[in-house]
Amino acid sequence: MAGELVLLDFWPSPFGMRSRIALAEKGIPYEYREEDLRNKSDLLLQMNPVHKKIPVLIHNGKPVCESVIQVQYIDEVWHDKAPLIPSDPYQRAVARFWVDFIDKKIYELGSKIWKTKGEEQANAKKEFIECLKLLEGELGDKTYFGGESLGYVDVALVPFYSWFYAYEKCGDFSIEAECPKMIAWVKRCMQKESVAKSLPDQEKVYEFILQLKKVFGIE
Amino acid sequence: MGEEVTFHGMWASPFSRRVELALKLKAIPYQYIEEDLSNKTPSLLRYNPVHKKVPVLVHNDKPVAESMVIIEYMDETWENNPFLPRDPYERAMARFYAKFIDDKLLPTLAKLGQTAGKEKEETIEEIHEQLKVLEDELKGKQFFGGQRIGYLDIVAMILVWLHLAGSITGQKVLSTEKFPLIYEWIERVMKMEVVNECLIPEEKRQDWIQLAQRAPKSASN
Repeated sequence: MAGELVLLDFWPSPFGMRSRIALAEKGIPYEYREEDLRNKSDLLLQMNPVHKKIPVLIHNGKPVCESVIQVQYIDEVWHDKAPLIPSDPYQRAVARFWVDFIDKKIYELGSKIWKTKGEEQANAKKEFIECLKLLEGELGDKTYFGGESLGYVDVALVPFYSWFYAYEKCGDFSIEAECPKMIAWVKRCMQKESVAKSLPDQEKVYEFILQLKKVFGIE
Repeated sequence: MGEEVTFHGMWASPFSRRVELALKLKAIPYQYIEEDLSNKTPSLLRYNPVHKKVPVLVHNDKPVAESMVIIEYMDETWENNPFLPRDPYERAMARFYAKFIDDKLLPTLAKLGQTAGKEKEETIEEIHEQLKVLEDELKGKQFFGGQRIGYLDIVAMILVWLHLAGSITGQKVLSTEKFPLIYEWIERVMKMEVVNECLIPEEKRQDWIQLAQRAPKSASN
């Protein structure tokens, strides 16, 4: 069942981190390959001709693209180890809904926070916090979104934590001050080896963002 | 699994019609509530407080929102006429192309109504590239789902809508020469009664075109 597993990834990508966490949670060995996005490998272009993006999970030579699809695939193939997606259909639907919400909101709003200034940035910050608060509501008193163990929503959301410091510096605000429950949840997740070793250092991500801002000519 | 199923939808929304088709394919009895998007019912707002959009499926008073989440929920709850294949890799492929339609094709189609001149030509070029992806996916298959209609066919119904729009406006983005397999697929699915039941009725199609041209963003709003 294991076979050959390769993950084409880029170290600061929150989407790549999702698959890293899922594989680590299940203790599945794989080969990590770092892509230079300014000089994409032939393998990447061959395996994801439609989007030409990372992450790409290659299992026995067959590519699975899109992080949410990868996490579901990993969960379905290695279903007996550390299940991430609930077994009850309704709980699954709830989890999928929130992962869809995260995908629609968090990355885009976060991007606006570091890319823009003035009113556009202020609006992005406001909406970003509102979204985190909605997620806090969904978390409630649970240890993780998945209950007592890490689940699909946790895996989908926690990678963005590695970008929080960059968002805070660029946006001049404190996420912890606004959403303490969210940060408490993050800290619980970070105590898990699968998460801690899959997320890059926040300072490193911030430096990366500063480089991007230079390249894009953003002040 | 006989129980109470209610479905909040809107006649012109492709997302809503998707869920309607899924319900009919599994022959699930349901109560339909037509939403006026300028005057949403209190129950819609209660069942989907996050997005306040259609479609919403309510099963025994438990709401499910977002069309693809609904469709997967239905597939897992009512096991007849399965939509998704059993094999994890084939499931991943079906989900990938469905996401491609929603994330890429639909936004580009929405843009089309708002462009003119050179920008319109470029948008049509982009749509053709995206349609080619789907054309290739049909090679050697009767339906996107293989021998029978499945998950991806339900999402790909947007191609039927595109074809209908082209017949009305005269602007055929979907040409038979460029996309013969898609055309064959359209003809094949349009022979199915359930598919026709979920298309916009003929008498409302002009209204629908005008609606789409005025408000290019997703009608499930």
